[in-house]
Amino acid sequence: MSRISKLITHMILIFVSIISIFPFLWLLSTALKGNSENIFSYPPNLIPLDLTFENFVNVWKQIPFILYFVNSFIVAMATVVLNILFSSLAAYPLARMEFKGKKTIFYLILSTIMIPFQTIMLSVYLIVIKLHLTDYYGIITGYLGLILPFAVNAFGIFLMRSAFLNLPKEIEEAAFIDGASVFEVWFKILLPLTKPTLSVLAVFTFIGCWGEFLWPSIVLTNKHLYTLPVGLNDLSGIFSSNWRLIAAGAIISMIPVLIFFIFTQKFFISGENEGAIKG
Amino acid sequence: MYSYIKKYTPYLFLSGALLFLCIFFFLPFLYTLKLSFFDYSKNIYDGIFVGFENYKYLILNPQFHKVIINTFIYLFVVVPILTILPMFLAILINQKIMFLQIYKLIIYLPVIISIVVVSIAFKWLYAQNGVINYILSFINIKPLGFLTNPDIAIYSVCALTIFKGIGYYMMIYLASLMSVNRELIEAAQIDGANWYNVHKNVTIPHLMPTIALVMTISSISALKVFVEIYMLTKGGPLNSTKTIVYYIYEKAFENLDMGIASAASFILLIIVLVFSILNIFFFEQKRYKI
Repeated sequence: MSRISKLITHMILIFVSIISIFPFLWLLSTALKGNSENIFSYPPNLIPLDLTFENFVNVWKQIPFILYFVNSFIVAMATVVLNILFSSLAAYPLARMEFKGKKTIFYLILSTIMIPFQTIMLSVYLIVIKLHLTDYYGIITGYLGLILPFAVNAFGIFLMRSAFLNLPKEIEEAAFIDGASVFEVWFKILLPLTKPTLSVLAVFTFIGCWGEFLWPSIVLTNKHLYTLPVGLNDLSGIFSSNWRLIAAGAIISMIPVLIFFIFTQKFFISGENEGAIKG
Repeated sequence: MYSYIKKYTPYLFLSGALLFLCIFFFLPFLYTLKLSFFDYSKNIYDGIFVGFENYKYLILNPQFHKVIINTFIYLFVVVPILTILPMFLAILINQKIMFLQIYKLIIYLPVIISIVVVSIAFKWLYAQNGVINYILSFINIKPLGFLTNPDIAIYSVCALTIFKGIGYYMMIYLASLMSVNRELIEAAQIDGANWYNVHKNVTIPHLMPTIALVMTISSISALKVFVEIYMLTKGGPLNSTKTIVYYIYEKAFENLDMGIASAASFILLIIVLVFSILNIFFFEQKRYKI
């Protein structure tokens, strides 16, 4: 590659990178500005003149971030565990066994991919209310109402099925001959061998669940059960356009996901995620 | 296949997943279909069967026409950009250059940040005396009401969706580019082909299936857009950013008009179905073959 084309490549990529982080840097800059500095100043200052952490302290005092964080974490972790469990269980017979009704069940599961949640959310809401899975009946039922509708996802089932299909059959057959039960083969052989796919499923389910806003904002009425995105949406109401505090709150809420991203980045940016593409 | 597997074993393994899919997919699907034939506008506890009246109402309602038009404006702006721009970036990044990983990380960052945070950041950038209007003042453009002007509000929302999606689709292209024949590219370069010709004749033909895939999945997610609109404009000004999911949300949870909301849901489902079938049976065939 010639020097000039290399230079142009870097210039374009630097430009796109700046655009990709600028909105967050601008939030950070606003959050760090003290009351004596005009946040609407022309020209805008990216580097705060009156640098202060006061806004963070104020927001932290008024918004129960730890509570929202714990709620988000419980909901996301439970959703991940249930997805891994049910996806890998259901994927096994679909990949390896012959049984009556296999085709019907296969296409039934496939059809759920074509039903966007947004088109059935009203009915899901009515069902969740009928099952008493809302925060009106208590904290546990509140959590269950957030978790159970997303406990199984056809994408996960098909992801695990392709992972199982890629394994050689001989290992399982040997285990069966040695007297292992079907459940043992699934748990002791298939699951350990598909760990990379399981982690892809876990990481993507976690991130999807962590950022989810629509469903929790529909079902939650009790502030003690708010997840981070729902609690964050409250900021603009509480701080009525006080952008310093809103920005500080948004920045605080980003920290957990940034830490998670640093530790799991290879799942997102190494191309290993090809199998985890979701619509 | 194996004689050691009992007859009921497969169903046992499938039972958990099927139970949840029944309660939270099939049942609500049928329930939505049923609700769409009832009128709940007079009494929300006791609907009256009205046949196709809800559908007729929507098809004849000018506000719903506007909603459908908005949804397709949104689709036609977002999908081409999210198909082409990430491809271009993926081709640029797929070279032996310095800081490659850092570029990837930074460009992917908006994908993992909650859309609620991104929306707050954009609302701040879009403010009347905000940064974007300041930058525009350099080229003598008067401050724009990005979220208050009905002519441009929908494009402001599109910009957020594009911002949040670029990294995601770029990674899909990068995964596909890893299998492109490097020798072919090098041979073309030795033969004196320039950058444009190499990619036009080698890379892009190789990427065709991925381009189609990106087009369908970005179409499906464009049709389902909600949070951006909820956070930035709440469908306004003058309904200019009200897309179909926002309309369903409003009818279902604000006006409590479950019949109309369900009929609109079904119309959306049929539109999405076209794209889903394309996606499953043409582009991702391999994974979904029995």
